[in-house]
Amino acid sequence: MRRALPIFVVLAGLLIAIAVVNPYFLEPPAFLAFVKRAAPLVILAAGQYFVIVSGEFDLSVGSLVTAEVVIAARLIDGSAEATWPVLALLLVLGLLVGLVNGIVTTIFRVPSFITTLGMLLILSGAVFLWTGGAPRGALSPEFRELGRGSLGPVPWSVLILVAVVAAAVYAMRAGFGHTLIAAGDNDRAAALSGVRLARVRTAAFMISGLSAAVAAILLGGFAGVSAQAGNGLEFQAITAVVLGGVVLGGGRGSVVAAMAGAFTLEALFTLLNLYGISGALEPAVQGVIIIAAVALGAVRFPRRRTAAAS
Amino acid sequence: MTQQLKLRRVAAAEGSFLRRLSADQPARAVYLALALLIMLGWLLFTLDGGRFLSQENIVGIQQRSAALGIVAIGQTLVILAGGLDLSVAYLISLTTLVAAEIMAGAGANVPAAIAAVLAVSALVGLVNGLIVTRLQVHAFIATLGTALIIRGVLDARYDGPAGSVPASFRHLGYDRIGPLAVSALLWAAVAVSAWLLLSRTRLGYRIYAVGGNTEVARLSGVRTERVMIAVHVLCSVCAGIAGLLLASRLGAGTPTAGTDGGYDLESIAAVVLGGTALAGGRGGVAGTVGGVLLLAVLDSIFNQMEVNSFAKDVVRGVVLVAALAIYARRRRTA
Amino acid sequence: MRSYSRRFLAVAALAVLTTATAACTTDEPAPSAAPAGSSGPAESAGPGDRGTGAQSKFFVQADYDAQMTMRRAEPTGPADKPWEQSIDPQLIDTAAYKKAAPYHLCFSNAAIDNPWRQVGWKTMQAEVALHKEIERFTALDAEGKDDKQISDIAELQGKGCDVLIVSPNTTATLTPAVSGACPKVPVIVFDRGVETDCPVTFIKPVGGYAFGAEAAEFLVDKVPSGGKILALRILPGVDVLETRWSAAKVAFDSSDLDVVGVEFTDGDAAKTKSIVGDYIQRYGKIDGVWMDSGATAVAAVEAFEDAGLPVPPINGEDQQDFLQKWSDAKLTAIAPTYPTYQWRTPVIAALKILKGEQVPKIWNLPQPAITQENLATYLKPGMPPLHYALCGCEDLPGYPEKWGGTS
Repeated sequence: MRRALPIFVVLAGLLIAIAVVNPYFLEPPAFLAFVKRAAPLVILAAGQYFVIVSGEFDLSVGSLVTAEVVIAARLIDGSAEATWPVLALLLVLGLLVGLVNGIVTTIFRVPSFITTLGMLLILSGAVFLWTGGAPRGALSPEFRELGRGSLGPVPWSVLILVAVVAAAVYAMRAGFGHTLIAAGDNDRAAALSGVRLARVRTAAFMISGLSAAVAAILLGGFAGVSAQAGNGLEFQAITAVVLGGVVLGGGRGSVVAAMAGAFTLEALFTLLNLYGISGALEPAVQGVIIIAAVALGAVRFPRRRTAAAS
Repeated sequence: MTQQLKLRRVAAAEGSFLRRLSADQPARAVYLALALLIMLGWLLFTLDGGRFLSQENIVGIQQRSAALGIVAIGQTLVILAGGLDLSVAYLISLTTLVAAEIMAGAGANVPAAIAAVLAVSALVGLVNGLIVTRLQVHAFIATLGTALIIRGVLDARYDGPAGSVPASFRHLGYDRIGPLAVSALLWAAVAVSAWLLLSRTRLGYRIYAVGGNTEVARLSGVRTERVMIAVHVLCSVCAGIAGLLLASRLGAGTPTAGTDGGYDLESIAAVVLGGTALAGGRGGVAGTVGGVLLLAVLDSIFNQMEVNSFAKDVVRGVVLVAALAIYARRRRTA
Repeated sequence: MRSYSRRFLAVAALAVLTTATAACTTDEPAPSAAPAGSSGPAESAGPGDRGTGAQSKFFVQADYDAQMTMRRAEPTGPADKPWEQSIDPQLIDTAAYKKAAPYHLCFSNAAIDNPWRQVGWKTMQAEVALHKEIERFTALDAEGKDDKQISDIAELQGKGCDVLIVSPNTTATLTPAVSGACPKVPVIVFDRGVETDCPVTFIKPVGGYAFGAEAAEFLVDKVPSGGKILALRILPGVDVLETRWSAAKVAFDSSDLDVVGVEFTDGDAAKTKSIVGDYIQRYGKIDGVWMDSGATAVAAVEAFEDAGLPVPPINGEDQQDFLQKWSDAKLTAIAPTYPTYQWRTPVIAALKILKGEQVPKIWNLPQPAITQENLATYLKPGMPPLHYALCGCEDLPGYPEKWGGTS
């Protein structure tokens, strides 16, 4: 948990900085709006955390999000009755994509960077082959409600986020979490002590796929059908996880910190926007901060990953 | 080059040298796949009423692959040492602009422009290398960060194509000697230089050693940090050379030249397709050249068959994953 | 370290030397790469500033003036087929290219990576299918890569094309490739232009200035004076989008509206919605929204709905989802267009050229705007959300299924 501390300090600092410029920000409606906006990225970061801590990457989540939104629009086509079955189907699809990523990585021994890069290409190509190049159909108001509406004053997406946080923390406290970290820390030692590496890592990919499905449901609900709903989310999710002090290569870091990393990233975007940092300089500032944050967190840990599959 | 005669006293380097010899198999596999693909291409072209071996098609394959090929050579060096470089795409955009703006349409400015491009790219590589080694940031994040920084510079300074490349420099991008494109010769020169570096110099052996096992290499006296810095500088310089080539093709610099080409992920894909292990330590330049050619021939077949770009992505994804699965299988059974 | 870096320099120098020598011993001339010169757009400082920032480098006063004239001009040609109409045509003779059927048409396409190009591409294919005399149609997709499109154009020259149609990915960088192709085959350029007049004809709608001005003038008309305007742009540095904004800037600068923000959305619906939400929060009220493209207009509208506010005057484009929203929510809106029917015209022009008929040197297509009065004629229920209403494809075989719709 000590590793996780800096990210909370940074997050608190950013939130205070936002509140200084915009005092209204800390009032419940505005703060809930911020959490709602951050929810998809936080959920993606939680899913990505499981993959990264087990020593792998998942680059496919961005195009999975786009694919899910496009599929939902075509299958639902504005009809209320189709909403719930399609929602279930989206979750299953997310799990399935994770399962394939996991099997190809663990059984066929393809490095996960390449497995999920291939999956990225396949998903983004296949979904538009199926719809003829551009999204078709429409999302129903019922589907949109999850990303757009709220229960009383609290947006649905915030409630879903709370559930995801609880589930992620529970999973990491349970035996699964310990074996996952053991697998990421030293897979040979873990295997010798009886951990079924393939199964644990595949489960991690499935969690990531599931989180992409949930994020897609929220994003599609929030903003509607779009051909680029998930653009760039894979790098943002990985960045968020790493910002939270989780080490690429696996074995170190907490899921709460990873999600705090996602909040930090979102707060950073908000702050840059508030201070009117021109759109042009935004990426540069982001780049410097990411490097600096990781450098500060990594100084004590000179350990580097050795070839896992060799 | 005399240093090559001083035998490596480093045991780890010896070991990786032996391993490297056996690791040439993937390179052979990729050339086998390439030969099969060329036959398939020839067949499909003939059935479709085209000519695979026409001058246009052969030159087209070279022109389409030269820039990616040069970047992929640099990427190979970084990956062999156990890193990777995600900043090459934005760096390429930046260097096309540096080149075209300094040339400003005058042939006399070409040497200055080339020097500036090499200096800028070497500097970016140095920064990447220092962040990775001194600040202990994983190469993925370090180079993603520098990519974002370069993007910020591009967004702030440029809003569209700028500068102009003189006619004399465009020979690089458009001319050919018989069926050989000058750009492909440049690629070949870079590839041969890298091959010599890897097989004939101490640095080459050390790259394999560091990529094979950093700790062992360090314990046996290799200054691993210097090796990492060196490969990052070389990789960025390759990206700079690719930027020069693209500038000469495009006649101007553009802030989107590198990202539109997807040179970051595509160069990594080409390298691993060529049999170099993503974790480092195994593989080489020959495989990468094969991997790039494979992608280029595939593209040429797609062009002839007028395959739609979404289907192309699916095929590319499947080819990439399938090839890696086959390599992994061969490695375990070998 | 020092010995290493020296070796790198040696390697780099070797590479450079090889390049230089290789270039010197060339025996094949370059395909007549025309000198591009300093043909970039003129820099011009904008007039008074109303929160709109400095004028774009892309702003060219003469082009702006020409488009403002064309916007009001009456096009010649059949009124029910705007893709065959042209504004102020300067006809040129094409007898030199006359040829007997059957024809082989070739097309170098910049990309099909967005819904606008998808609709256009399907429309073009349907137009080709209409003509029996086109025996073969070869199309290469450059996937948004300048370098690939240059290679594609070179490759197409080896395929025996009777006409080469080019939709350039970038104006400046495709110029050498197009001027290389001109001496060998009649070339037709559409959508974006090139910096050479060697193509037989260049087909384009009126242009980006007309688009931007149409939307901005609507807001100036509908928003009470002193009203707060939010301008949403996709990204900086894209010529066709820069012209839209620069014309809007001209209109806003001479009005008494207050442009409180100019933001970039990356064309991302979620980001658009967040930005608009932020501005509503910060200013309490936004009185008008200007957009350089309609892809995320619905997201902007929803931001007002979700905040429980009435939607102020806004512009979108001719996407179905926006037109639907406009009609359902009774918006005060306008939809300037960049019509996808322009994808039919190059095929028609190619046949005219091969039959030796006259064509305009610059084929300016009319660029209508959708207003409250004609909204009903363009709203086509059953079409996909990102279908473009001005496809001019309703009479083509396979409509609406081929365009993803249901009848």
